[in-house]
This record gives sequence, C-alpha cells and structure tokens, in this order.
Amino acid sequence: MKKIDAKGLDCPEPVVLTKNALKENKEIITIVDNEAAANNVKKLATKLGAKAEIKKIDSNFEVNIKKTEKNSEKDENKSEGKVYFFKSDKLGKGEDELGNVLIKGFLHTLLELDPLPQKLIFMNSGVKIATENEDAIDSLKKLEDKGVTILSCGTCLDYYGLEDKLDVGEISNMYEIVESLNSSNVITI
Amino acid sequence: MGPKTLSQVLRQVDFFSEDEDLLIGLGTADDATVYKIDEERAIIQSVDFFTPVVDDPYLFGQVAAANAISDIYAMGGKPVLAMNIVCFPSCLEEEVLVEILRGGAAKVKEAGATIAGGHTVKDDEPKYGLSVSGFVKHENILPNSKAKKGDKLVLTKSIGTGIYVSAIKGGLCEGGKENPAVKNMLTLNDKAVDPMHNNDVRSCTDVTGFGLLGHMVEMARGSNAELTLDTDKVPIMDGVRDYAEMGLVPGGAYDNKDNFIGDTEINNNLEEVMVDMLFDPQTSGGLLISVPADKASDLLRDLNKNGVEEAAIIGEVTGEGTKVIVE
Repeated sequence: MKKIDAKGLDCPEPVVLTKNALKENKEIITIVDNEAAANNVKKLATKLGAKAEIKKIDSNFEVNIKKTEKNSEKDENKSEGKVYFFKSDKLGKGEDELGNVLIKGFLHTLLELDPLPQKLIFMNSGVKIATENEDAIDSLKKLEDKGVTILSCGTCLDYYGLEDKLDVGEISNMYEIVESLNSSNVITI
Repeated sequence: MGPKTLSQVLRQVDFFSEDEDLLIGLGTADDATVYKIDEERAIIQSVDFFTPVVDDPYLFGQVAAANAISDIYAMGGKPVLAMNIVCFPSCLEEEVLVEILRGGAAKVKEAGATIAGGHTVKDDEPKYGLSVSGFVKHENILPNSKAKKGDKLVLTKSIGTGIYVSAIKGGLCEGGKENPAVKNMLTLNDKAVDPMHNNDVRSCTDVTGFGLLGHMVEMARGSNAELTLDTDKVPIMDGVRDYAEMGLVPGGAYDNKDNFIGDTEINNNLEEVMVDMLFDPQTSGGLLISVPADKASDLLRDLNKNGVEEAAIIGEVTGEGTKVIVE
C-alpha cells in the first residue's frame, strides 16, 4: 500500500502524483486537504478503471484506490509497446555466426524504440539469449531497467539445463506466455 | 477570489455613488466600469492580472493582455490605453520579465491600443496583467443585463481552457503556441465587436473565471431572465473531455459549481464531466451574446465572415426569473 501525501498541493499535482504512482502500485491512498482535489483523484482512478473511495478524516480527505485485476495487468506506460517473441537464439535462417551477431544488434537497437517493447518472450533455444549471450544480456538488462518485461520459458530453461544461469528477467510458464501472445501486438523473431 | 467571498466583502463597503455619469458600476456584476464622457461617448475601464497560466513568458504576457483587453470588447467598446501591472520575484532573471512585457505589448498593439505606463511590485510569485481603458458610443454599450425573452444566445469561442491549463501544468501536453488552449487564449475578441453592433445585440459578457454556466447565471440575474442552455451545441475544445474525466479539473470549477448551481436547473441525465466543463474557469474566454432571434443567423454569418469561426448558437432566453436551465 503506497501513501501519497498531497496535502497543500494545488491542482493538478495530486492527480499527477497519483497517476504516476498507479504505474507501479496496485493500492494507493492519496491524502489531500480539499474536496475538489479528492474528487479529481477519484475521477482519475475511475477513468483508469480502478476503484476509488473518498473518506473524510478530520480536515483531510483520503482517497483509497485499488486497481482491479484487468488494469493491473497492463501497465499504462507500456501498453503501446509491442511484444517480441524470440523462438530461437539466432536471428533468421543462415550461418549461425551471422545469426548471433544479428540478434545482438537487434536487441541493442530495441533500446532506441519509442515506445519501448512491452515484453520480450524467449522460448526454445531463444532462452540461450537471456542466459549465455553476454552482449545480449547487457542490452536486456538495460531494457529491463526501462520497464520492459522479460520472460523466459521455464520448460525450455529446464531442457537446456540453464535454469541457474538466467541472468535477466523472470521465468515464465506456458499459460502466461500464451496469454501474452494472445492479447497483445506480437512480433515473432 | 471566489464570487461568494468577494460579494461578502464588497457588501461591507459603501461604494454608493451619486455620480450620474457613472453608467455601469458595481451594481450588476458587469465586465467593466462605464463612465459618461459627453453626450456621445463613454469610457470603459477594467483591470485584470494573474499568475502564469503557461510556462513561456512571452506567451503568458500575450494571454494576460488578451484576457485584460477582453472586458472592453465585452462592453461593446474598443481599447485605447493600457497600463502594465507587474509582480515579480527578485530571484527570477530579468529576461523573463522582458519576455512577459514583450508579449503583453505585442497583444495590446494587435488590439490597436497603446501601453502608456505601469507599476511593478516585488512579490514571491510572478503576476502580470493590465488595466485597460476603452471608448464606446452610448448606443453601442453592451451590458450583461439586457437579455430578453426570445433572444438567442451565442458563444464565440470553444470552452475548456482551465482544464487544458491543468493538463499542461500536469505535463500531459505541451504548452507551446501550437496547443489548442494556448491558441484559444491568445485570440482577441476584437473581431466579434462590429458584427455585434451591426446585428442589434442586446447583451454581452465575456466568459472568464466563473465558467460558461457562472457567467450565464450572472447574465440571468442581471437581466431577470431565464436562460436555457443546449449542451449539445456548446463548442468544447478537443481533448478537454478526456482531461476532465482524468480529474484535471481546476479547483475554481468546483468553487463555481458551489456558487452558481443554486441558480441552475441541470438535467439529471447530464454527465458529471459535462457539468465540470461548463463550470471550468476560462482565461481569455469568448463572448456570450444575447441577440434578438431574428438577427441570430445574421450575427453568426457576420462573425464567421470576420474570422470568428467557432461561434455557435448555444441556447436561448426562455422566460423571466433568474435561472439557467441546462439541457
């Protein structure tokens, strides 16, 4: 539960602070000192599909905000970005060496994208990118720092014996991966 | 200040004047003071200043000037002289003030008037505005208190600048001169004056701090008239609805709602966001005009021809009383 003290701040500060906090928190209490600000914060929450309640406490107002399941799934900032699905550790078919070079360049270039990708998903030999390819891992870490979700298939890591070597991102399952591929704008590499 | 506090304060001071040449004073909450000079002409005086609404000092200067001059047009007059009013902190660079004043001077020049002086005060927060004087022929004076049953109501600019300024301050959009709200605020109301005089307009006020509905209530009170607003017809800037739904509604809109809702009758099916937009305080807003019904389409045509493209008929005067019906 994140608390935002927005007492004494003029419009639109309480709304902006709440909006930013909602990107990373599922439950927020925003405290303001006037009813107009409380109503505005509640409007924001409702517009973003969250539930909000206003409680008057002494001379202040607390707005309790809870994200519902649906909107906690897609982070507002990332919603525009695409999902990239890597099913191999090389880019394209041809010489392995070239495929390796290309994948490094590709990931490095992804960093320049606006908006950034929403998710990168690694499957089959693709998981080797997030475990063995040092240059690629470097780019992936930078992407992760910027809020990009990086998922590697658990079954695949297990198969290649790489589970302990996962250096960036999270281990994911078939359900989550299928959900991501189903619900989003996907590019397959 | 909110209208309630202000009227409480003003009530305790005796502003009564026996001067018969004071044609419009504090009595009818009009846009500006009008004083008879001779049998032909009267002088209009008004003053307005505020804290920055946009970051760019040159644009702020222009907006503040357009806003201050607007009161003269709203009374049916033409601006002639202006004086700068400046509050400025010592910690800010002089260059900022130069830009603000350059912006103000450019707008006053565009309006065909002259800046002839001013006054500065050291203050924690910058503020800028002008005291403006203009002339008007007696038959051209347009008070806010002459709306008559059967008249059509015309609004010359789209609304939503207060909400837009919140969005700019919140970093949700750029506040440069391409911003639709900045463009809106930079536009003088000068082009509406001649069309008003050529089409027998009875009453006029400019839509500013009290929001469209607040100023309609003031017109209803002053004219002892019942105004009906057709919300579908109100021009609203693109994007404003979205920002209003996000809660970027300025505190002034809530104050206006508190103060004026008692004199309104709002259709129960109207969305809350629409009510917020109707009470949104405007900076350098458009003119709200009451025109005889048979002249309304001519007025609209003349306004459009003169470059006032957003002008629209938004309602009518439906009876006597002092309320605004919102459909």
